[in-house]
Amino acid sequence: MKVEIANLTISFPSPQGMSQAVRGVSMTLGAEKLGIVGESGSGKSLTARALLRLLPPAAVVTADRLQFDGIDILKASERDMRAIRGKRAGLILQDPKYALNPIMTAGAQIAEAWRNQKKGSAKEAMQAAIDLLAQVQIRDPKRVAAAYPHELSGGMGQRVMIAMMLAPDPELLIADEPTSALDASVQAEILRLMEDLVSRRGMGLILISHDLPLVSHFCDRVAVMYAGRVVEELAAGELVRAQHAYTRGLLDCLPTLSHPKGRLAVMSRDPAWLA
Amino acid sequence: MNGRNGRLAGTAASLLLTLFGLVFVTFFIGRVMPIDPLIAILGDHAPEDVMARTRVELGLDQPLVVQFGLYVWRLLHGDLGRSVMSSNLVTQDIARYFPATIELATVAIIVATLIGVPLGVLAAVRQGSVIDKVIRVVCLAGHSIPIFLLALLSLLIFYATLDWAPGTGRADVAFEGMNPVVTGFLTIDTAWAGDWDAFYDAWAHLAQPAGVLAYFSMAFIARMTRAFMLDALAGEYIITARAKGLSALRVIWRHAFGNIAVRLITVLALTYAGLLEGAVVTETVFSWPGLGQYLTVSLLNADMNAVLGATLVVGLIYMALNLFADAAYKMFDPRVR
Repeated sequence: MKVEIANLTISFPSPQGMSQAVRGVSMTLGAEKLGIVGESGSGKSLTARALLRLLPPAAVVTADRLQFDGIDILKASERDMRAIRGKRAGLILQDPKYALNPIMTAGAQIAEAWRNQKKGSAKEAMQAAIDLLAQVQIRDPKRVAAAYPHELSGGMGQRVMIAMMLAPDPELLIADEPTSALDASVQAEILRLMEDLVSRRGMGLILISHDLPLVSHFCDRVAVMYAGRVVEELAAGELVRAQHAYTRGLLDCLPTLSHPKGRLAVMSRDPAWLA
Repeated sequence: MNGRNGRLAGTAASLLLTLFGLVFVTFFIGRVMPIDPLIAILGDHAPEDVMARTRVELGLDQPLVVQFGLYVWRLLHGDLGRSVMSSNLVTQDIARYFPATIELATVAIIVATLIGVPLGVLAAVRQGSVIDKVIRVVCLAGHSIPIFLLALLSLLIFYATLDWAPGTGRADVAFEGMNPVVTGFLTIDTAWAGDWDAFYDAWAHLAQPAGVLAYFSMAFIARMTRAFMLDALAGEYIITARAKGLSALRVIWRHAFGNIAVRLITVLALTYAGLLEGAVVTETVFSWPGLGQYLTVSLLNADMNAVLGATLVVGLIYMALNLFADAAYKMFDPRVR
């Protein structure tokens, strides 16, 4: 599995003409863990969703290359896309409260994803769903399978999401701020679970977040995005050697327990970064 | 279990209270109107002593509160009093007129739903497209043209000009009273009797008023469906469903439509209630002998027992359909169970 993105732009029509949300992003990804970090509106979610062609209908996408394992996503038919979505690449959204269908049980939603790719009977699908729930370390998978999303906690809901997206054994998992809606104590648990599953299955992972230290901790590589561009891309271990002023600024803004500061730095933005 | 019984009791209590309120308001509105019901019965040339005697006979000399108590007492025994105009029991009149309205409203709501819901879904899925715009215009017309105009236009075009449809009324004179009344629905009774000419005639007469009502209701249903669907399609869980690789049909019908079904049922139930209460104008234009026409004629003749009785029936229908919508909510939406 190889993802190749070259010079990707995504724009939306606005009263002032087309406004570019992603402006020439390039990156490649194999079976590794890539973190994309950036503030709201930096284009990180759009970039990831463009891979599955799940952008809002108004979005205009251009790229020199946008490929998933050799399949040209810009030209692929909707049928081809459906063979990628779910089956080869899953997407985990931020808040399970909204991302799960409120009128279907957790089990039914996982079973639906499983059955969509693997066929099989409804009974087999439900059994698979319960097995998957056990894999995401839910203690009482039968009960959770019969529960509706509003009966689940945020952490549980996100485990259901992960189980659902892993159901068809995809090669790539895109996690779009998967822990932002969760309590701090649950965040690490979910990330560890996800990392564990991804490593064990030899999958690729794109982890989108605005939490730089968190991403660098869980990923092999980190891409820092600002205003629709990748301003810096480096190995997670080399974060301290970051060159770009924005990345440095982000790091300087972080409070640490080991080196307490009297006053936290505030990011000062250079208009030149936008160029 | 206890909570469930408690809820049931609460629902029953609120229903009874609503019903009582309905009787109370209709009764007093009927009585404070500056119309002397005696004139409707005796005419305005009746001698004074006859007037006075009848007043006592009907209990109209009693204080309003006593009259009201008496009315409620009779109501509890299933007695809605006698209609002045038809001199039948009001319950008999309603039993005679109501099937015509039920027949009309039921056909109209079925047609309106079968067309309106898919159109609404289509408009939402293809938001902003030519199809969406065409549907919007069609619905806007159905919604904004006054229904009496629609009805008259329909008569003008399909009856007077094209001669495709029979004129007004429920059946041709030739068929009237030919078949035994079993259900009161002509479309069923004629089939029951095996009188296929009359059967065809009944449907032909039904087509125009039902069509006008269906168009009007369809416009509303389609617009509501579209709005609900746009709301549902914008949900995050739609992105999830698509990310799972589901087909567009499954995303639209299972995930989006599944989530609006409950709200839609409420809209349909209330639209149906609106039609059942007697589409007064439509029934008048098409001389359709239904509840709406009965209510109108009774009101114009100050036939207060008939007005009260018909109003109560309408109120009961509203309450029943509301109850049904609530039950549907609880059945289909796990969050309110």
